[in-house]
Amino acid sequence: MIHFVLSISRQGKVRLTKWYSPYSQKERIKVIRELSGMILTRGPKLCNVVEWRGFKVVYRRYAGLYFCMCINQEDNELEILEIIQYFVETLNRYFGTVCELDLIFHFHKTYYILDEILIAGELQESSKKIVHRLIDAQDLLVEAAKEKENTVSYIVAQVAN
Amino acid sequence: MNPFSSETRLRDMIRAIRACKTAAEERAVVRKECASIRAAISDNDNDYRHRNLAKLMFIHMLGYPTHFGQMECLKLIAASGFPEKRIGYLGLMLLLDERQEVLMLVTNSLKQDLNHTNQYIVGLALCALGNISSAEMARDLAPEVERLLQFRDPNVRKKAALCSIRIIKKVPDLAENFVNPVASLLKEKHHGVLLTAIQLCADLCTVSEEALEYFRKKCTEGLVKVLKDAVNSPYAPEYDISGIADPFLQIRLLRILRILGHGDADASELMNDVLAQVATKTESNKNAGNAILYECVETIMSIEDSGGLRVLAINILGRFLSNRDNNIRYVALNMLMKAISVDGQAVQRHRATILECVKDLDASIRKRALELVYLLVNETNVKPLTKELIDYLEVSDQDFKGDLTAKICSIVEKLSPEKLWYIDQMLKVLCEAGNYVKDEVWHGLIVVITNAPNLHGYTVRSLYRAIQTSGDQEAVVRVAVWCIGEYGDLLVNNIGMLDLEEPITVTENDAVDVIEVAIKRHTSDLTTRAMCLTALLKLSSRFPSCSQRIKDIVNQSKGSLLLELQQRSIEFDSIIEKHKNIRSALVERMPVLDEATYSGRRAGSLPAAVSTSQGNPLHIPNGVPKAADAPLLDLLDLSADEPAPQNSSGPNFLQDLLGGDILSSASQSGTTQPQKSGTDALLDLLSTGAPPAQNGSSTVDIFSISQDNNKTSVNALDSLSLPVVTSAQSSSASSIIDLLDGFGPAPTVPKDNGPAYPPLVAFESSSLSIVFNFSKQPGSPQITQIEATFSNKSSDVYTDFIFQAAVPKFLQLHLEPASSNTLPGNGNGSITQKLRVTNNQHGKKSLVMRIRISYKLNNKEILEEGQISNFPRDL
Repeated sequence: MIHFVLSISRQGKVRLTKWYSPYSQKERIKVIRELSGMILTRGPKLCNVVEWRGFKVVYRRYAGLYFCMCINQEDNELEILEIIQYFVETLNRYFGTVCELDLIFHFHKTYYILDEILIAGELQESSKKIVHRLIDAQDLLVEAAKEKENTVSYIVAQVAN
Repeated sequence: MNPFSSETRLRDMIRAIRACKTAAEERAVVRKECASIRAAISDNDNDYRHRNLAKLMFIHMLGYPTHFGQMECLKLIAASGFPEKRIGYLGLMLLLDERQEVLMLVTNSLKQDLNHTNQYIVGLALCALGNISSAEMARDLAPEVERLLQFRDPNVRKKAALCSIRIIKKVPDLAENFVNPVASLLKEKHHGVLLTAIQLCADLCTVSEEALEYFRKKCTEGLVKVLKDAVNSPYAPEYDISGIADPFLQIRLLRILRILGHGDADASELMNDVLAQVATKTESNKNAGNAILYECVETIMSIEDSGGLRVLAINILGRFLSNRDNNIRYVALNMLMKAISVDGQAVQRHRATILECVKDLDASIRKRALELVYLLVNETNVKPLTKELIDYLEVSDQDFKGDLTAKICSIVEKLSPEKLWYIDQMLKVLCEAGNYVKDEVWHGLIVVITNAPNLHGYTVRSLYRAIQTSGDQEAVVRVAVWCIGEYGDLLVNNIGMLDLEEPITVTENDAVDVIEVAIKRHTSDLTTRAMCLTALLKLSSRFPSCSQRIKDIVNQSKGSLLLELQQRSIEFDSIIEKHKNIRSALVERMPVLDEATYSGRRAGSLPAAVSTSQGNPLHIPNGVPKAADAPLLDLLDLSADEPAPQNSSGPNFLQDLLGGDILSSASQSGTTQPQKSGTDALLDLLSTGAPPAQNGSSTVDIFSISQDNNKTSVNALDSLSLPVVTSAQSSSASSIIDLLDGFGPAPTVPKDNGPAYPPLVAFESSSLSIVFNFSKQPGSPQITQIEATFSNKSSDVYTDFIFQAAVPKFLQLHLEPASSNTLPGNGNGSITQKLRVTNNQHGKKSLVMRIRISYKLNNKEILEEGQISNFPRDL
């Protein structure tokens, strides 16, 4: 099981946090601080796993951004590397060559995508196509609602005039 | 318009925050933004609620408090539109966790959304429930989720399956409801549904034995077939990862087969073929393939034995271990650790490679490899492996040294073939990393040294050399100081030379130099310095010619601010100066420490006991009488056991030694006899806090204990002259700090005499005495009734007399009102007061009590305090 997903920039800025196990607000800050200290300082050729408080934290670096997932000792760290890759590929396809700024300004969309990939710390879907289809469908629903709102308010405005 | 009113768009706020140059600036922007969001919340602003929540989420990610926005999430979730709900649920998952009460309020909205006609809204609710559900919510909403496992759209079914995992983790009793729906989900073709159903199945198996049996019977065959199909499936771009069709599905299938095959030969038999196929056919040049192989190896190791497959698995691990990718090597080390119990021989073959991994640049790999090496060591390879590790210790990273030394010490201790080798290796470790070893390690070394009498000379000489080169390693210094104190004569005279040794010339002064340097070194801590003092005392007897010099060194600590050192140096000085006749007996060599007791204790993880057995100076009295059992041990060099229970030979032994005269003279000695000079160390040493020697029992105690442990004290006793003992007896049990306090329990009354205890003088000063009379009710041994009698020895009347007592936690004390609060003078009357003490650890710990007496003498407040620790032992 994945206990949490973190995304930290090389400067130590948090870009995404998702907690599947209960951590209080204080603990979260502490965890992030501890892990940034451990992971950001590691050299480039070292393995992608750090052992931390009896868990394993698997991380992968994409440009200036580290994606980390915390798993149990007995979990498969190589698979987690693939899950991170899968998540990033999905982001890439959604944003079209994703960059850190996309994740900052559209952070909520990042979360929506993550929610289509993981629930309760487990993988939900292995097809890239389905994830996109689901996200697109939901985005469409939002668009439709917006348009409808706009037309209604347009009418209201008209009436008021 | 204010650019930071709630009208600001999310994008603008993020820009403003990113534009901040300092943390203070950022805080200011956030504060402003939060203020406007709060204002909007209190205005119940509907239009911008979702935008405000999005902003709050961003602020939350930066680490600022956002609890005030929690209710906004609930409002958005309760709204009817999809966009509101979407952002509302996101906020709920981000800002709240399962432990917040607010979460309960969302249960009802969740229930409605789980029954919504829009499948995306159902999906949102399932996602939120799966990620942050509490046990209560899980119980309330389980029926909805169960129903959704059969929903028409597979994308809802898969979400419901993962949500069920959360539910059964929170409420394991609900597991049985999910078994049947999962069995039908496992037959589906949709990968998402299969993935999640397999995961749910695995979790069901871990919480319920019945579920495991059910799935094992009904689903093993089907799952084997699914895996077969997955392995042989043609290229499908949708699921393809570097040439492998859906590795995620394959990994999960292997995992569930592992659970089903574990401990069941039939199920294992069913999956043999497909496992062999996966192990041989999977491409291992990409990470995805290796992830599958890794999982496959683990499954092969866990299911029931099939020799051929295991060879295949070990070979895969061998390939992993020589891979250039660090991740693969890390994983291989992990797996080899599990494989060791299955096929230790096969793992041994990779020893050289594993040993190389201990020296890897990567801390994660080093740690794993070290643990693996630790498991690989056995009698035959311990010497070369230890040598490798110790050699590496010299060049290893500072932060790795702690782990490494702990493991080396543990290996050496566990598997050393002979003592000489053990001592040599430990010395090497201490010299390299003496500051990293735990106390148990050097304690253990000392125990081994005392047990190797033919190596004493060799050891002390090696240590003498070691301290010259590695004097900065605390543990080396301690062991060396201890050994030089004990075996200084062997060092100087080159006694007990081994063939392999080179002779060295050490003069008595050189030996004392070493200790002087150690005690003066500013980095030495209290323990080391205290050990130095003890060593000096010992050397003063071993090297009479240096006696004066040693005395000077000891004297330098008289002014120490550390009570422990000060007291020790004063006592030792007094022994060196005034008691030459008993000194040599007092500082006899330590008896052999019992290895079995030591290791037994350590196994029982009783660090305190361990340090006592080491004569750890920290346990030497520091003026608190209750800690006084260690000091005698230390002073007389009785190291070892806790004061042994009084044995029947005690009195006879004493009679043999001292004859009846002493007993009679002891019995004459009354409590009123004036106390002899309290500064005399020896008197101090032997004064007992015990019931004033009416029957000489306290002496019996001391020496019978001594006898139990050690002959040294017999010698000590021999050399005590009669008057000394008598005066020791006569010293009253007053509140002066007496070293032997803990040793003077009242005589043990034979059990068959029933609960009758001699009265105890609990407190005695020139003006006041308190006597305790004990009684016990039959049937309740843990309760002791105490009648305290206070008598006034002065000529003045005490008024407002108040007696107070306090006890440690394992005791309960009930004080009854005193018979009076006025105490007439000249012993013309007394106050009595009853106390009832309940000992919750009856039989394990004896009573102990702190008392405080206050009274007025001629209208002047007087306060007296004391501690009573000499209660009869079995109260």
